[in-house]
Amino acid sequence: MSHFERIRVMFGAAPQKPTRVTPEAKQVHSLKRMTKADFEAIKQHARDHELVTHKWRNRRWAVLIFANLLFTFSFWLDIQILEGALTASRFVGFHLIDLNSALQVMLAHKHIIVNLFIGTATIFVLWALLGGRSFCSWVCPYHLLAEWFEWLHLKLVSKKLVSDHEFHRGTRTVFWVIFALLAVLSGYTVFETISPTGILSRALIYGPSLALGWVLLLLLFEVVYSRRAWCRYVCPIGLTYGIVGAVSPVRVEYRLDKCFHEGDCRKVCLVPHVLDVVIKGRAADMTTPIGPDCTRCGLCVDVCPSGALVFDVKGLSKLL
Amino acid sequence: MNDQETSEQKTDAAAAAPTPSAENRPAAAASGRAKAPVRKQANRRKFIRSSFLIGGVLGLAMLGYLPVASARKQRLRPPGALEERDFLSSCIKCGQCVQVCPVAAIKLDDIDQGFGVGVPYIDAREQACDFSCDAVQCILACPTGSLTYTKPPSLEARAGMALAHAPVLKAKEDDPEPTLNLSERIGVARLAHPESCLAVQGKGFSGQARGAEFGGHLRYVAVDRWQPVPVRDHPYERDLCDLCVTECPIKDAIRMQESIAADGSKQYRPEVLEQCVGCGVCEMICPVEPAAIVVDQRQPWSA
Repeated sequence: MSHFERIRVMFGAAPQKPTRVTPEAKQVHSLKRMTKADFEAIKQHARDHELVTHKWRNRRWAVLIFANLLFTFSFWLDIQILEGALTASRFVGFHLIDLNSALQVMLAHKHIIVNLFIGTATIFVLWALLGGRSFCSWVCPYHLLAEWFEWLHLKLVSKKLVSDHEFHRGTRTVFWVIFALLAVLSGYTVFETISPTGILSRALIYGPSLALGWVLLLLLFEVVYSRRAWCRYVCPIGLTYGIVGAVSPVRVEYRLDKCFHEGDCRKVCLVPHVLDVVIKGRAADMTTPIGPDCTRCGLCVDVCPSGALVFDVKGLSKLL
Repeated sequence: MNDQETSEQKTDAAAAAPTPSAENRPAAAASGRAKAPVRKQANRRKFIRSSFLIGGVLGLAMLGYLPVASARKQRLRPPGALEERDFLSSCIKCGQCVQVCPVAAIKLDDIDQGFGVGVPYIDAREQACDFSCDAVQCILACPTGSLTYTKPPSLEARAGMALAHAPVLKAKEDDPEPTLNLSERIGVARLAHPESCLAVQGKGFSGQARGAEFGGHLRYVAVDRWQPVPVRDHPYERDLCDLCVTECPIKDAIRMQESIAADGSKQYRPEVLEQCVGCGVCEMICPVEPAAIVVDQRQPWSA
């Protein structure tokens, strides 16, 4: 899958089979087919010695909670390290502005002051380096709540009490365009009104609000009707950061030779279409970077019993 | 779980891979043929579902316009706020203005205000802006220019909103630079209920201006220039109630008008002057309930 193709998938296109497969990858694919008994035996061996770990999840939760509490305590205890909320803040005086909020304000207000530009540019560079959608899984407070409620959803699914209703992934792109148009045409930051990220961040800092009812409604919808619906099919923040992170050096890398194609990674993934490459026969090369829609949450890295998915920093790994 | 996975893998591989393993090829082909209409129907359902999702979420988001459109009275916004429409569009809803205010006058609106969710406002009766910060910190903190010292020329400037000259802050009167960097008012005070005004009635006032329960703070320069104190800790003793005049933080914004009535008795009445910025301290400190003097929120000066 070419880089362009991965970006298309982020906007909602279905992943395509590779047209060109490198000879090495071809060889691995065919080796996996020819020695089926051996393959099964190795697979079983890997299963038996699997180390169940939540290393990346725990690190991520720690970072997410720390970042959000830093906002809260900067205000409550007046330690003034990270003042403001997730939409816009100052880190020891330096402006940081959320890219999607900045976009909404710029489109609605049509006037950009220097501080707004500085804060936006800083955050742009920061997340372009750190992986774009890593904002979602490592910072966004709604992501964490949704993750916990997802566990409830999966419990209910396994008891056959509810089932997951999928939407078309292109829906999110449609939302992104409509919310941008609405900001331009109406002159109001319409998306900010319903953004659970902004609502939760403000509630954590300035105290509870009625708006939390809307967040609860979203979580309820996800539990009983559609798994992770907001993050998967609606949130334009995710797409904005996805675009920014499209060329990011921080990503998860897939290693064909280590993969047993069991699909555990796709089951835990928020955006399983980025892991299309792990399906038997799909990988075009020995290593494949996972696409820009990946939130770099590391659940697949944790769950993979054979180490076929690892965090990678482009360029840096070669240096080390 | 593993069994399920294997079968899922088979169908996945069958549907996708050009050369699936020999034993599941016929099964895959068969299921492919049988599934075609089902899949088509499923896709159609998915499309309809997605359309409903788009309509539903957008519909709920646009509901936010109702409170904005139907608001009978504009909110009192922090000093330096752009005109309401520009203010709502430019505010990034971060609350940095809330964090810097020394008297916690600024609050954030909730979702019942629709598009105004997360946007700062001041409830002057509860806690007015008394300019304790000297420098209008909220304007300094604002990252998007929603609160601004100087409005860009492209934005609307209503007649009567501009102040004739920079307001002199009573607390800074002896400083080399006694003015406040503020070019527009946020509202203007008005004696709304002269009949209940103690001065108009010729009455004095003694005690806590707003009672023992009131949580509002005010800067009393004589007590401490840098630390505002609770209003309840600063009782008054006045022969003629003139709290709105003496506690007003701005010079020449309000005065006590004195006149002689027909029977020769002295009559008093607080008179709001053009330098009034609309901070709301008079409304907060007014000891009668409801306040006799109020701020007309975001209204221009009219002589």
